[in-house]
Amino acid sequence: MNFEYAAAPESRSVVKIDPVYGHFINGKWVNGSAHFNSINPATEEVLSSIALGSTADVDAAVKAARNAFDKSWSKLSGRERGKYLFRIARIMQERAREFAVLETLDNGKPIRESRDVDVPLAAAHFFYHAGWADKLEYAGVETTTTPHGVVGQIIPWNFPLLMLAWKVAPALATGNTVVLKPAETTSLTALLFAQVCQQAGLPDGVVNIVTGDGSTGSAIVNHPGIDKIAFTGSTEVGKLIARAVASTNKSLTLELGGKGANIVFGDAAIDETVEGIVNGIFFNQGHVCCAGSRLILQESIADEVLEKLKRRMDKIRVGDPLDKNTDLGAINSAEQLAKIRELTAAGEAEGAGRWSTNCVMPDKGFWFAPTIFTGVTQAHRIAREEIFGPVLSVLTFRTPAEAIEKANNTPFGLSAGIWSEKGSNILWATQQLRAGVIWANTFNKFDPTSPFGGYKESGWGREGGRHGLSAYLKGSAK
Amino acid sequence: MSFYGLVDGSDSSLRNCLKQLPGVDQVGAEARAAMLATRSIKTTSKAWAIDTAISMVDLTTLEGADTPGKVQALCSKAFRPDPTDLAVPHVGAVCVYNDMVGIAREHLDSIGAQELPVAAVSTAFPSGRASMQVKLQDTEDAIVAGAAEIDMVIDRGAFLSGRLIEVFEEIVAIREVCGDRAHLKVILETGELVTLDNVRKASYLAMLAGADFIKTSTGKVAPAATAPVVLVMLEAVRDFYDLTKVRIGVKPAGGIRTTKDAIKQLVLVNETAGPEWLNPSLFRIGASALLNDLLMQRMKMSDGYYASPNYVTID
Repeated sequence: MNFEYAAAPESRSVVKIDPVYGHFINGKWVNGSAHFNSINPATEEVLSSIALGSTADVDAAVKAARNAFDKSWSKLSGRERGKYLFRIARIMQERAREFAVLETLDNGKPIRESRDVDVPLAAAHFFYHAGWADKLEYAGVETTTTPHGVVGQIIPWNFPLLMLAWKVAPALATGNTVVLKPAETTSLTALLFAQVCQQAGLPDGVVNIVTGDGSTGSAIVNHPGIDKIAFTGSTEVGKLIARAVASTNKSLTLELGGKGANIVFGDAAIDETVEGIVNGIFFNQGHVCCAGSRLILQESIADEVLEKLKRRMDKIRVGDPLDKNTDLGAINSAEQLAKIRELTAAGEAEGAGRWSTNCVMPDKGFWFAPTIFTGVTQAHRIAREEIFGPVLSVLTFRTPAEAIEKANNTPFGLSAGIWSEKGSNILWATQQLRAGVIWANTFNKFDPTSPFGGYKESGWGREGGRHGLSAYLKGSAK
Repeated sequence: MSFYGLVDGSDSSLRNCLKQLPGVDQVGAEARAAMLATRSIKTTSKAWAIDTAISMVDLTTLEGADTPGKVQALCSKAFRPDPTDLAVPHVGAVCVYNDMVGIAREHLDSIGAQELPVAAVSTAFPSGRASMQVKLQDTEDAIVAGAAEIDMVIDRGAFLSGRLIEVFEEIVAIREVCGDRAHLKVILETGELVTLDNVRKASYLAMLAGADFIKTSTGKVAPAATAPVVLVMLEAVRDFYDLTKVRIGVKPAGGIRTTKDAIKQLVLVNETAGPEWLNPSLFRIGASALLNDLLMQRMKMSDGYYASPNYVTID
């Protein structure tokens, strides 16, 4: 008998999308001079027209942020700042459904993930940092407790609201004011967040949101009135930013790409490991900087794991992101889809074995079936470059030392996973791995209390936890 | 003797076989079960799921206070769950204590429900604390009285103290009594096995020894059929099929009271063992109160409103 799940779409009536948006500067909506369209990647429907931030817009935003820092925000006690953050967190929870539906429409991610992961975690980041605002002296940071002033923040399209929360919450808790640029393809939840700031009565100019593309980001990075840059995105752009701020007084934190190794030892709990592999690479369509995109399997169990993985992958439900039963949504943009296609074509050309599920995909929009490549070697591009899509490269190893060697043989160092029922094995492997975040018998678990960040070309600095606070505070305490 | 060619019936071969099973990571299993519980089953799929669930219910009464009259009423209800709507399928089986088997069988035959099997809880249910002789006779009695399905309990004391071969041999012996005359369901009583590793091990042990079905619980111990436990058992029957090409059934029992609970079970089956198991011959739900909730939800789907509980029969 076949158990077909009837369509169970979340209603989009809860969100109201304006046909045109301006920038949010100094607590007010400011018309943009030029605009571009933001589309729903699952249908290619135009959702809204977004303002393209110019140098002048960025300048206005920086001035507003500086003014707010000097006149209001830096004069408030930590306890007062905390009150605003708690208020924002509560409003985000109250409007959770609105945020989740809007995120899914704009980004293409399944409603199950925006509802159960992105939005609750974003609110949790505000709650967590609200608590720190009046306790910075006791956070044990190695910096002073003095804020930088105005911070410029540039965030990616994979977790639009969550990355905003990762950036804005610690900046405000530590007493900075903010100029934030959401990613070009996913501005809508940031603009809804601007409304939340208004609703919370946040003083004008403390949070400014300038939408736009790379040129807008560049204007932020190069603006002399900004004291610190925080960027999450590709390693390529991260390097450009590092060069741009190298000769300035700006502080910089970067959270960049990754090619996470997910290492499975022969004694792993196989069914849960298979779940973890799926969660590691197919969560959020694989648009995750810390995705477990390299599966490194011990030879003795490789066949069994791959067979079970394929069977499990066949159960992944691809389709309408608003359907509550969808597991894998749309690829965020045509550009990203082209990049995934280019790299997977390279994988085939280099001789790796490709296997994709037989899912039926919608006609419109940007889609890519869950895919694995077997017989991948370290020399393949698909083992070295970040694909940022639902594509898993499978390698095997014989000895634990070989697993570590392969895992570390990458310019990246953001995440890694270890699957083993043997505690000593896990502890040994975590000591050898050069990665900022290591999960044992789980993957893609996030918590505001836990610092997140990379080794090597995966980034500088940490976000979240006590460690994340210091990135927004000046100098050394000693 | 050979048991699927996987063990030879000796203590050492059984131990070796069960030792090779991969572990179960409890956190991961719970997370998977919780994720599957978020599936949203609406409209046509809900209607289908309700009828499928009704056809899988082992309608059960296992009380010391059971009377012949109550058992007869239960049998009537099992055959015609909703006397006003003959499109409602009959349930999977009627499940009673040994002494009620004859009464149930006779009544079912008298109302034309010859195809509806009677299941008997056997082997000193629910504790399993009796001599082997008593357990064998208990089973034989039930079959002679007309039981087509035997729900036996395993000796949890022996299992937990590591005397696996004793548990195994007991199931083999009961299997022999059943022969071709009755299906054998083996109750693991997972609430007493506690860990998911034990659930997996006991599932394999029971399947190797000849179970047709593995069943979670007696209904007398809490927790009973929790989602992670059912998940692990469904993984076990799926993997056992890969090894042997034999499909073993699964029966969660205890604590499944609402339509929502039942639909969650069906989702677990669908996405773990697969659609082949979505069949009363391979999946049953041991329950009593559940049937009325399924009927009320069924009426709601056809009539558009919730009826008062007075519109479904209490037994």
